[in-house]
Amino acid sequence: MAAAKSKKQHRSPYSPALGLRLLLLAGLSILIQYIDNRDNHLDAVRKTIGATVYPLRVIVDAPVSTWRWLGETTASRNELQLENSRLKTERLLTQARLQRYAALEAENARLRDMLEARTRVREQVRVAEILSVSADPFRHVLVIDKGTNAGVYDGQAIVDANGVVGQVIEAGVASSMCLLISDPGHDLPVEVNRSGLRTIARGTGNFNQLDLPFLPNNADIEPGDLLVTSGLGGAFPAGYPVAIVDSVRRIPQEPFASVTAVPSAALNQVREIMLIWPDASADSATDPVGVDTEAPDDAAAATPGDTVAEPGDDERGDDRE
Amino acid sequence: MMNEATIVSDARAGRQTPIIISIVLALMLAMAPLPAWAETFRPDWVMLTIIFWSMTFPGNYSVGVAWIVGLIVDVAQGTLLGQHALAFAVIAYVTVKFHLQLRQFPMLQLTATVFAMLALYQFILFWINGVAGINAPVVVYWGPVLSGTMIWPLVSLVLDGVRQRVGRRR
Repeated sequence: MAAAKSKKQHRSPYSPALGLRLLLLAGLSILIQYIDNRDNHLDAVRKTIGATVYPLRVIVDAPVSTWRWLGETTASRNELQLENSRLKTERLLTQARLQRYAALEAENARLRDMLEARTRVREQVRVAEILSVSADPFRHVLVIDKGTNAGVYDGQAIVDANGVVGQVIEAGVASSMCLLISDPGHDLPVEVNRSGLRTIARGTGNFNQLDLPFLPNNADIEPGDLLVTSGLGGAFPAGYPVAIVDSVRRIPQEPFASVTAVPSAALNQVREIMLIWPDASADSATDPVGVDTEAPDDAAAATPGDTVAEPGDDERGDDRE
Repeated sequence: MMNEATIVSDARAGRQTPIIISIVLALMLAMAPLPAWAETFRPDWVMLTIIFWSMTFPGNYSVGVAWIVGLIVDVAQGTLLGQHALAFAVIAYVTVKFHLQLRQFPMLQLTATVFAMLALYQFILFWINGVAGINAPVVVYWGPVLSGTMIWPLVSLVLDGVRQRVGRRR
């Protein structure tokens, strides 16, 4: 730097235009921020720049995934055998539970049919991996390795094995950004599984806590209650576990009780998540990705003809709550 | 005049690959995974790199380049499109405006100035977040300022090595 200093003791010749350029660029950035915040008109711009950023994401993710791959390939035979037997037991147990679930589901569909209620839509799921890439420092977001080329769309719900994780906020071509339910800007319509009480679960910025700010003091809610998605917002399919209530404080002079819950999904340590397409009762020819459903035939048979087209319209809205 | 212009912008076309590589590396560092506790204290690598280059080659790396790099950061991190772009352009403006003074500063004083610039940078981000209705804990804003100030001497040392390479080939 010393060499540079001695040579450059003069005013730069481009200074006058500098302020003007800054003003123009500042105006431009305020304009695009305004447009970006209002609507999604700048999706094309984002996608174009995002495509150039994608290779960087892959490179950044590479060491971590290589390390994991190495760990898997060099695992000892003994460990693998142990894991294998554990998984076999687990699979047996899950299958046993699933058998009962299938019978219950059929019964549920029959009962709903008798009541002429709308049959619950089946969902299609697909596994996506989380890229080890850190994103927006101000929000709880993560980046997954599936994008619009896999049928991912803005507003799509994502879950892990234990519960709801969040939703896609920006579907890129080959990778997408997802907002976690723990983000302070994320509100999720939920219901208490035990009492059917409906409310809103709001993120707090803490991975291990959700707030339920709109419950009156006499609400029927207790610590230990399971919260599930109510499906009311339209973005999330109903019935997925969200959180377990851990504290209920009723303050007499306050209008609302202060209720907090612990998310069921391990939000800060998930490695794989599942994307949900809330659609399978319609014929599989029109499904977005061609993921195989469990039993499309009996779902279609149980669905009254006039409601077949509905889920596509109202459940796949990309409104964010 | 002609002579001056060439001296100031002495990183000419074709010699800029190392500089661009340093910016890309900074982008990757900004995306690299960190444990949760370190996440809030991640220095803003790209901002530090841009400060260095607009101080060293104000003719080539001025508000325009800073704005474009900021736009890329916006997309990479999923922030409001234009948020980092605006903050980058403002900081680059300040840096280019005072680049002659900044070059004279001893490292300690320069580091203090970088602290002020990083604080201004985070303030712009904070301001835009406030207007857009995104609220984040205060530590998210102060963490990068502190860590960025502490890492600045190292960053400028490394980038100065790159600069000497670019200069020597001239």
